[in-house]
Amino acid sequence: MVHVRFTENLRRHVDCADDEVPDGATVRACLDAYFQDRPDVRSYVLDDQGAVRNHVVVFLDGAPIDDRRAQSDSVRAGAEIVVMQALSGG
Amino acid sequence: MPRLFVGTKKGLFTLERSGSGWGVTRATFLGDPVPMVLPERNGETVHAALNHGHFGSKLQVSRDGGATFEESAVPVYPEKPEGFVDQCPMRKTDRPWSLELVWALEQGTPDQEGRLWCGTIPGGLFRSDDSGATWTLQRTLWDQPERTSNWMGGGYDNPGVHSVVVDPRDGRHVMAAVSCGGVWRTRDDGETWEQTALGMRSDYAPDEAAAFDPESQDPHRVVACPADPDRLWCQHHNGIFRSVDGAASWQEIEGVKPSAFGFAVAVHPTDPDLAWFVPAIKDEHRIPVDGAVVVNRTKDGGQTFETLRDGLPQEHAYDLVYRHALDVDATGDVLAIGSTTGNLWVSEDGGDHWETVSTSLPPVQCVRFGP
Repeated sequence: MVHVRFTENLRRHVDCADDEVPDGATVRACLDAYFQDRPDVRSYVLDDQGAVRNHVVVFLDGAPIDDRRAQSDSVRAGAEIVVMQALSGG
Repeated sequence: MPRLFVGTKKGLFTLERSGSGWGVTRATFLGDPVPMVLPERNGETVHAALNHGHFGSKLQVSRDGGATFEESAVPVYPEKPEGFVDQCPMRKTDRPWSLELVWALEQGTPDQEGRLWCGTIPGGLFRSDDSGATWTLQRTLWDQPERTSNWMGGGYDNPGVHSVVVDPRDGRHVMAAVSCGGVWRTRDDGETWEQTALGMRSDYAPDEAAAFDPESQDPHRVVACPADPDRLWCQHHNGIFRSVDGAASWQEIEGVKPSAFGFAVAVHPTDPDLAWFVPAIKDEHRIPVDGAVVVNRTKDGGQTFETLRDGLPQEHAYDLVYRHALDVDATGDVLAIGSTTGNLWVSEDGGDHWETVSTSLPPVQCVRFGP
């Protein structure tokens, strides 16, 4: 399972409780699995084209992902994905 | 007496009038920017746009007059075709196909049940026919070649639709004003659109042809007189313009003191010759002339203007009034102005005298009267 969690700051706007999703090949696959149960969260994290929002950062096992456009970064079994807001904006 | 909704950088405030004057009766979305609010005619439905800095623009709807809100659907841009070049003509930067800001919300005519219009940055105009449950991009406007070849940002990095004017005689007749991209009009409910900024002028353009190019005009705000919708007013980046022929042509009103620059304009609901403006020093400054907040009012279609000051700060005042931060109620007597300094003023006599309602609100982004 992959652990997915979100910044507390996002919880003020939308229900995005920490959760476990089945192991997926990519960050996008894991996020999609999370959004399946909580579709409202998607637009807070991704823009209309499916890219990570300009001022959001997605960490995979402690490092920002490389592919912000399609989130194709490979995910190992048992990984942790953390969605944070970037300090650069907002 | 109507209610007054005030969208600010830190929340939505509802004001009502009591025996002692206007006061805040409700604060909603504290901490969140509210760039636009739409109280519907029924008095119960209120739409509020939120602009979360990190997490995007969202919409909320209330069905109980603003007491409670719930998140509603937000306009979503379609998938950008692979390889399609959509760049700012000035900066040559890629333009996003993604909602950046809800900048305009308007209701259709009473016979158009559930009809809403939503103007956005980066330039998409969306329509809903189910009270905001779903939104559809007006592709016929979005796909105009002039959008990609001429439209550009005005204040914001990307172009935006800030004014949507629905003709009360026929809801299929709609105008959308774009900063920067002129004024577009449909008469067939969005099947076709035409540019209607002929006569507008940008004196900052590099040459005469560019100055009158309708596709590149920067109308800051466009309003129509509800009782005579072919009579329109525009506060343009370059000055004040009016149209008496349904935007077939625009005439510039020159020589307006203390300044013809500004963002906001409001027109009387039944008298198309009566309009209000809030002037400022243009371009890089964007502060009141001589540090004095004033309202310019014309009662004769722009032939003459009165500069109204009574009740407004006249010394060291540096308030800017954004394009949606001036409104007039359905009687035409009650006006409200909100400023970037967090001041809120109301007049109940058409602008002759102003009452200071608050000096400590967050920066005001929009004010809107509603039932």
